Amino acid sequence: MTAALRCVIVRDLLLAARRSSDVLTVLLFFVIVVSLFPLGVGPEPALLRTIAPGVIWVAALLASMLALQRMFASDHADGTLEQMLLGATPLGITVAAKVFAHWVTSGLPLVLISPVLALQFDFPQELLGVLALSLALGTPVLSLIGAIGAALTLGLRGGGALLSLLVLSLYVPVLIIGAGASEAAASGLGGHAQLLLLGALLVFAWAFAPWATAVALRISVE
Amino acid sequence: MRGERKLFGALNFTLPGGELLRIGGANGSGKTSLLRIACGLLEPTRGEVRWGGEDIRRLQEEFRRQLVYIGHADAIKEDLTSAENLQIACTLAGVRTRPAQIGEALRRLGLAGCEHLLARVLSRGQRRRVALARLALSEQVPLWVLDEPFTALDAAAMDYVRGMIAEQVARGASVIYTTHHGTEIAAGTAQRIELGSGPAA
Repeated sequence: MTAALRCVIVRDLLLAARRSSDVLTVLLFFVIVVSLFPLGVGPEPALLRTIAPGVIWVAALLASMLALQRMFASDHADGTLEQMLLGATPLGITVAAKVFAHWVTSGLPLVLISPVLALQFDFPQELLGVLALSLALGTPVLSLIGAIGAALTLGLRGGGALLSLLVLSLYVPVLIIGAGASEAAASGLGGHAQLLLLGALLVFAWAFAPWATAVALRISVE
Repeated sequence: MRGERKLFGALNFTLPGGELLRIGGANGSGKTSLLRIACGLLEPTRGEVRWGGEDIRRLQEEFRRQLVYIGHADAIKEDLTSAENLQIACTLAGVRTRPAQIGEALRRLGLAGCEHLLARVLSRGQRRRVALARLALSEQVPLWVLDEPFTALDAAAMDYVRGMIAEQVARGASVIYTTHHGTEIAAGTAQRIELGSGPAA
């Protein structure tokens, strides 16, 4: 089982490395969307500081949406997904490995670059850690919830638009809690409560989302 | 049933070990659907599939470990090399392999020298060979389900695959395959099902 787990993670990372444009597109999208806001709202430092966590979180949400569609699409098209369904490993485990690899290539880069982007908003340096940590806890939840949506809309015509409708509404709690962490920390309340909530969401999502995704995949492949 | 259309019904067969089953029929007669039902990718509208007397829905991974399914699609990733593709396919299926065995299996399918080429540069037939190379590493697996294994293969490769199937049957395993090539495989006991031609033969 661990062999299959490692195999799927290594495979997906290898594929991402050989097709690095996909990874770069998501990252560049994130950077550009976040950078547009200071240009649009004007250089008012107090305002920028206030909107920074919200803007970065919304951009991360949209960027992770952008990456979602390719989570299962190519495996579905070339028949690999069927082989995964017929694999010797429980499908939930295979899905968990795929989601993890997907997060490493689409979520982790956002987490790593977010402190740099936050500086554009004159975001207080001592709060950069809270922001990055909230994203580090939150973006895997986005990938996990998104995986269910991606599996359900697999192979549908216009699946992309449907996926956005389906998944964005489920992202709302993560957005509120995630952006709330930095805001609470900025106001001096400390963001611990929000970070703990995000952590709880993450554990919950890891435990359930892969199995829900597995069921959805079986339905889609029929 | 596929959508509203009834493909076949009242189909009942048993495949003992060491037997070959060939499913024939016109395009669209439901050969692939039957194979997908047999390996559990598709739920039959009515009826059940049993392996060793047990419903495969109950057996789950236990059944899947004893099955190799090579579908219409080759399940080959263009951005991976032949060797990587084969290695991954085996690992997913729970078959442990060493790099030397991977090279050997590819050589046997006539892909010597292509081990480290990305699959995107391989021809359609060569990709099919990579997919079928899995069979060379699955001698221990008691059930092979092959959907049109001979598509895109040249005569030499077709002969080789036929030989592999015959050997596997001789070893006491069961093989189910579909084809519309008129190729016969010389194996001990062979059954045939013709779909879309009234009651099953």
